[in-house]
Amino acid sequence: MAAAEFDIPEIKDDIEIPKLREGAMAHAKTFIAAKPIQDSMGFPHELGEDWKERAIDKMGDLLGKYRSLKVFLDACVHCGACTDKCHYYLGTSDPKNMPVARQDLMRQVYRRYFTTAGKLFPKLVGAKDLTKDILDDWYNYYHQCSECRRCSVFCPYGIDTAEITMAGREILNHVGMGQKYSNEILGKVQKIGNNLGLPGPALEDTLEGLEEDIEADTGVAVKMPLDVKGAEVLLVTPSADFFSEPHVESLIGYAKVFHAAGISWTLSTHASEAGNFGMFIGNYETMRKVAMRIRDAALELGVKRIVVGECGHAWRVAYSFWNTLTGIGYGGNDPFSIELQQQLDPTYPQPQHICELTNDLIKSGKIKVDPSLNDDLVVTYHDSCNVARASRMGTEPGGQFIIPRELIKSVVNNFHDMADDTIHESTFCCGGGGGLLTDDLMEVRVKGALPRATALNNVVKEHQVNFMAMICAICKAQFTKVLPKYGFDMSMVGGVHQLVSKAIKLD
Amino acid sequence: MSTVTMIYAGMFYVATLLLVTGLAYKIFDYSRTPAPLKIPTTPAPTTQKGVVYRMAKEVVLFESLFKSDKWIWLFGWLFHFGLLLVLVRHLRYFTEPVWFWVGIAQPFGKYASIMMVIGMAGLLARRFLVDRVRYISTPSDYLMLVLLLAIGLSGMLMTFVVHTDIVALKAFFMGLMYLDVQPLPQDLILLIHLALVALLMVIFPISKLLHAPGLFFSPTRNQVDNPREHRHVAAWAARLDQKN
Repeated sequence: MAAAEFDIPEIKDDIEIPKLREGAMAHAKTFIAAKPIQDSMGFPHELGEDWKERAIDKMGDLLGKYRSLKVFLDACVHCGACTDKCHYYLGTSDPKNMPVARQDLMRQVYRRYFTTAGKLFPKLVGAKDLTKDILDDWYNYYHQCSECRRCSVFCPYGIDTAEITMAGREILNHVGMGQKYSNEILGKVQKIGNNLGLPGPALEDTLEGLEEDIEADTGVAVKMPLDVKGAEVLLVTPSADFFSEPHVESLIGYAKVFHAAGISWTLSTHASEAGNFGMFIGNYETMRKVAMRIRDAALELGVKRIVVGECGHAWRVAYSFWNTLTGIGYGGNDPFSIELQQQLDPTYPQPQHICELTNDLIKSGKIKVDPSLNDDLVVTYHDSCNVARASRMGTEPGGQFIIPRELIKSVVNNFHDMADDTIHESTFCCGGGGGLLTDDLMEVRVKGALPRATALNNVVKEHQVNFMAMICAICKAQFTKVLPKYGFDMSMVGGVHQLVSKAIKLD
Repeated sequence: MSTVTMIYAGMFYVATLLLVTGLAYKIFDYSRTPAPLKIPTTPAPTTQKGVVYRMAKEVVLFESLFKSDKWIWLFGWLFHFGLLLVLVRHLRYFTEPVWFWVGIAQPFGKYASIMMVIGMAGLLARRFLVDRVRYISTPSDYLMLVLLLAIGLSGMLMTFVVHTDIVALKAFFMGLMYLDVQPLPQDLILLIHLALVALLMVIFPISKLLHAPGLFFSPTRNQVDNPREHRHVAAWAARLDQKN
């Protein structure tokens, strides 16, 4: 089924707050997961007769497990601070894409079933019985949220709509309304080892082909080792890096960095995916299972360090959650985490971001670069949402903004940031994160990219920027697809290590 | 003892009981519910001290709101800071001798009521005037502001226009505190003011006023950003580790 036609928004001089257009995106409904997919995830595939009880039970279960959900559903005062912060609202004008309204889709039900005021005076406090219409609203609008957390920066109580969206999707899965895109991918990563479903032999072939390309290009035999026991570094990277453009250019960049620095490294077929869509669907157990593949590979290969490639949500899961989920990190005092932690080299952060690694190597002079090799480019940098608002690099708060920019500026001579209210913690999502990178949500993706496209357009006009660097596989895939609809060339989009790859000296 | 005095005395005992037990339960409930994952909104402090500083800026200056929207910040801050001064001023009806710093705050508290009312009027106006805020407003959102405005305005009436017998009022509240009920002055405005305050106390723990304790339990604001250095595991999640 082809997606319906829709108008591409016009880029204005500034990001404008639109007037409400109720129901503007009510038709945008991502494909529902069919039986085989739901079966493999252990979820039902259709609403049973008892769906309402199941939904309310699951909500109660989550309220007992997640303080975030409980506090966030209680604390909102409807002040309106978040109403103009979501890129999907700014791009679509649909009021249900305002963060507070998105939360209220669940809050109205929470109030009805779990609060005194909502049980006694539902009309007064906007509490509603759960109906099929409300469930459909959940499905549609919890799949128009990229869990980017921009709203949480601006909320006076730190209410993070991503937490509500995750809970919403978790409940939807438990009543039989899973999303095809995310759940299909979760099936692939758990069966085959990566989101693209690329089996071991195919991966080996791909890497060999890339080694030949690099040698043909540079004359240097840069290797891309796979499943090498005893390597120092296990590199875990999004599987898009193996054959999507422009992602693969960054993979080539990582390989050159390891080669130039003389660090032994390896990829793993078992853990050939940094991405973890378990986070997107808000299911702790699934997220843990997917993350466990990396722990298992690290133990199996006996590596001393774990480094993560360019991927936004993967870095959030790796940086913020891996220690919790799998013991990759430090400070564990239980046998489960000690088993792994005693194997890892304590002189490095675990896990480490590839930008941290490369930036350190350049600053300490262990690898040499020539930024003039990128003189054809005027570069800007897109802070990916999960890196910006849900993780860190380096030792200081805000290192996630500083380190990638330091790295870029060491390999290019022309750099200009976009407007202040569109970068760092205020960065705008690409529009395709959080499980929305699917063709059946193309309208949502294109419209959601409007704020970023506007900010980009301004630096293109002012500074003749012709390259937007980023460190996220989803951002790269999303922008190469949607920016052309706004009149930008897709070759403007690429990874930070694509720039490193051009500037690095190999001999 | 008049019927009105007995009703108001009973009302304040019940309201206080509901407020205290309701809030205590909510705080207990928030604190027993685990936060299984590290989810501070970054950049976040890397030390506990830093978290205290971040939280203090949120509580005192409404830092995130300031970043977000200057109008909501201005009205919201005027209202809350005005309310704080007014509440401090009211302590003199519950203390004997009056604490010295309450005495110092007294004149400020009197005029802070104006700040408070301006703030609330601004917030109420936004609910009508801004289409986005109008869309998300429920009847209770308007009524809450109307209730607070009515409390503020009735209080101001007594401060600036029609004084009540403040000595007798203090005797009433001191009496309530020492379980020795004294007659309540029966001025209509005072009775309205007090009834609305009792109503506010009752709905506090079951309404959006929970944003006050909620902020302190908000994981995006109160967590330390140190997931690589410290393993953070909730009890229910730790059980998953044992299965491996």
